[in-house]
Amino acid sequence: MVSRAERGPVADWFWTIDRFFLAAFILLMGIGFMLSFAASPAVAERLNLDSFHFVKRHALFLVPAIATMVAISFLSPRQVRRTAAILLILSLAAMVLALFFGIEVKGARRWLSIGSLSIQPSEFMKPAFVVICAWLFSEHARQPEIPGNLFAILLYGIVAALLVAQPDLGQTILVTAVWGGMFFMAGMPWIWIILLGSVALGGFAVAYYMFDHVAGRVDRFLTGEGDTFQVDTAREAIIRGDWFGKGPGEGVVKRIIPDSHTDFIFSVAAEEFGIIFCMIIVAVFAFVVLRGLNHAFKERNDFTRFAVAGLVLLIGTQSMINVGVNLELLPAKGMTLPLISYGGSSMTAICVTAGFILALTRHRPEKRATERSLFRSGMVAPAE
Amino acid sequence: MSFLSRIMDVKSKAHFSHGGNGRPAGATASTAFQGHRKRSASQARSRVAVIMAVFGIAYCVVGGRLVQYAITAPESVSSIGPADHLLASRPDIVDRNGEILATDIRTVSLYAEPHKIVDVDEALEQLRTVLPELDSKATYRKLTSKSRFQWLQRQLTPKQQSRILALGIPGVGFRPEKRRFYPSGPASAHIVGYVNIDNRGIAGMERYIDNQGLADLAAIGMTSDAKLEPVRLSIDIRVQSMLHDVLTESMAKYQAEAAGAVVLDVHTGEVLAMGSVPNYDPNNPAESAKDGWLNRMTDGTFEMGSTFKTFTTAMALDSGKVKLTDSFDARYPIRIGGFTIKDFHGKHRVLTVPEIFQYSSNIGTAKMADIVGIPGHKEFLTRLGLLSKMQTELPEVKAPTQPREWKKINSITISFGHGVSTTPLQTAVAGAALMNGGKYLPPTFLPRSRDEADAMAQAVVKPSTGEDMKFLLRWNAMNGSGKRALVPGFNVGGKTGTADKVVNGRYAKNGLNFNAFLSAFPIDDPQYVVLSFIDAPKTGEGGGRTAGLNAAPMVGEIIRRSAPLLGVKPKFGEDGSALLVSY
Repeated sequence: MVSRAERGPVADWFWTIDRFFLAAFILLMGIGFMLSFAASPAVAERLNLDSFHFVKRHALFLVPAIATMVAISFLSPRQVRRTAAILLILSLAAMVLALFFGIEVKGARRWLSIGSLSIQPSEFMKPAFVVICAWLFSEHARQPEIPGNLFAILLYGIVAALLVAQPDLGQTILVTAVWGGMFFMAGMPWIWIILLGSVALGGFAVAYYMFDHVAGRVDRFLTGEGDTFQVDTAREAIIRGDWFGKGPGEGVVKRIIPDSHTDFIFSVAAEEFGIIFCMIIVAVFAFVVLRGLNHAFKERNDFTRFAVAGLVLLIGTQSMINVGVNLELLPAKGMTLPLISYGGSSMTAICVTAGFILALTRHRPEKRATERSLFRSGMVAPAE
Repeated sequence: MSFLSRIMDVKSKAHFSHGGNGRPAGATASTAFQGHRKRSASQARSRVAVIMAVFGIAYCVVGGRLVQYAITAPESVSSIGPADHLLASRPDIVDRNGEILATDIRTVSLYAEPHKIVDVDEALEQLRTVLPELDSKATYRKLTSKSRFQWLQRQLTPKQQSRILALGIPGVGFRPEKRRFYPSGPASAHIVGYVNIDNRGIAGMERYIDNQGLADLAAIGMTSDAKLEPVRLSIDIRVQSMLHDVLTESMAKYQAEAAGAVVLDVHTGEVLAMGSVPNYDPNNPAESAKDGWLNRMTDGTFEMGSTFKTFTTAMALDSGKVKLTDSFDARYPIRIGGFTIKDFHGKHRVLTVPEIFQYSSNIGTAKMADIVGIPGHKEFLTRLGLLSKMQTELPEVKAPTQPREWKKINSITISFGHGVSTTPLQTAVAGAALMNGGKYLPPTFLPRSRDEADAMAQAVVKPSTGEDMKFLLRWNAMNGSGKRALVPGFNVGGKTGTADKVVNGRYAKNGLNFNAFLSAFPIDDPQYVVLSFIDAPKTGEGGGRTAGLNAAPMVGEIIRRSAPLLGVKPKFGEDGSALLVSY
């Protein structure tokens, strides 16, 4: 136990961190590691790798991921913003590089290979983008003469263009949804909501007509015809699991689900551990999202409000898309389940997100000062 | 000073101090700024609440979907059909004494769900260690197919099942099934029939049971695993087995192509035993010989030859135009339309009716038919059911053939058994009508009581004709070609028939015959008609090929073995009184 009287950075961190968030993140990562034993051996065997190849790598990724999360949670809001700015610049640059020098996987250039390490810069771009947008929106809210919203729109345009160029429509949709949610919270006028909503619909229509695979997936989702092998087997796995699951290692359908360790880990969890277990996973995500939004609701500081809301929206939307695809509520779209699915870049990037959330939701004396200022004077502590 | 005013005071001071720090228009600007911030804060809060609500709804949808999945029954078996279909019971088939002829036994069948097989090569290799007969190529195709269900091997033994279970191959499973088992094997094959792999009746009484509605019930899923009331047949499996033995032995002994026989109860029309060889093993129908499928007794038609003279003579006597004591000139062959009708055992003299029957005179018989005339001939054979398709339970019944137009030459040849092809059973049934006092009874394979039989009987000949025919048959057996059918103690009467065999619509040049023997016993009060036939025998008792040397001894053998079981008391001695010595 760290003494309350101590005033070192560790003691400060220990007493100010939001422990519920921390517990939820660690819990999800623990579940992810456990499910890795269930889901990844089948994939590894299919690729003629050692059965526990992905389990080992998952464990290996967990260490830097958790370290990143904890390290970032030490940062002050100002440092968060600076870190995000640097990360955004780096990841955008890397995304541009990936377009030219990246490894082409399944027809998309998303990966950049540095030495033996291959990373997906767009994953790191997401939390940084959210934080920077939150800053721009809050600056605009603080001083309407600052064109924060305009900059946010421009930034979104750049990011969306890079994602479409890869192409990675799933991430584009995710980023759009999160950015739109933040803009909405930042007080987007209704005329803009209608305008941007129709632009988004138009964009979706363009994607439908321009990309065959998008049209195919949407058609399959709507009509149920065509090659629905993935979602069919996912559904079979979930239904086979029933309330309490078949038991660890007893899954059969999991062996034939493609990407069982990443995009369809939720179905594997259902088959082996049951639907109640899946409900618990969803409940933990719901807890993270709603607690984050509750923070945002109470928060006095605009930047923190937008940033925390945006970051939990990122985790919430991504998990919702993944679970929705597994449950056939949404068209098939490759998206990892945050903190649970296997994947080095995705896991580390989500730990950056979680770290940002932890850093921004720490109890801070500044907040109390801001509260007092409402009573005392117009001397407002500007957002850091 | 009140609390409120003090706060106001502090606030205003702060304003001034703030404004005093080098910001001229500070007061107003700051107030306006403050208001904007408050507005935006409250707006942001309400919008955060909206987003929370949206997420709340989304989580409810996900939760609802999960509950929906949880209460959905697993669908992996839906492609196979309802499980109880395969477990549907068929009724046992038992003989008239309750001995089992067909019953269900439980087995399991192996299937695969190809999309769940992880390593096809490994799975196949392991399965073949238990089931070496599994065809590698076909099974590999099945396992790599895109389908979700494939039968691999039907009806395994419990031992095979446990060995496959021990292999632990994912993606294969077992479904319980019922398999039909026939304890008597080939002996009753043509009557009982058999079922296909899906337990549908394919032939014989099995098919009859399905046609009675079992198949329709199964099709709409109205079947159950419960035991059904057994179906009792009129067959006596003891007699049936003896008959089958005699047929098998005789076919080998006389080097024939086929043989068949029937034991028919003359008073009820029940078939007690019937069979033809070659036949098949209903427990393994697929591997049986190809020509074993044909039930020659009901589904094969033959020209019965001289056996038909029984009916011609009965017709002549029944018409009243001919009496037993009448004589016919059989000295010269009949020449008509380029054909010459001769006698095989030519006596070249005037013959009485019993002599015509005894010597099997074609000329005499033809002349008797001529007296009745063509319409009368046709009508009489129709009455005995020899020109129309026999009505019985077995589905395999062939309609008899007859000339499209009956001319005089046709009537003449038909009178001694050429020109009309009938099934052997049909012939026996017509014979029974002459032996039971003149009642025609459609044959049955189900038990039929005497009362039921009497109720449905149709009188077809006069009782006096029946009496005359009994005399003639007994006379022929004692003095004519039927001597080898005699069994001491059982008064057998009968008529042989040796027909030239029809091959591809022409009479065979190689001298092969179709031999039959129509008999009844005990002839003084006939209980049973026994008919035997042997197709294309190359030899017979004493080296000849005629019916008296092979078909007649078969009947003798059947009666000798089975009569005690049929409840016929033997009578020995000249006048039928019991002797004090035992044979």
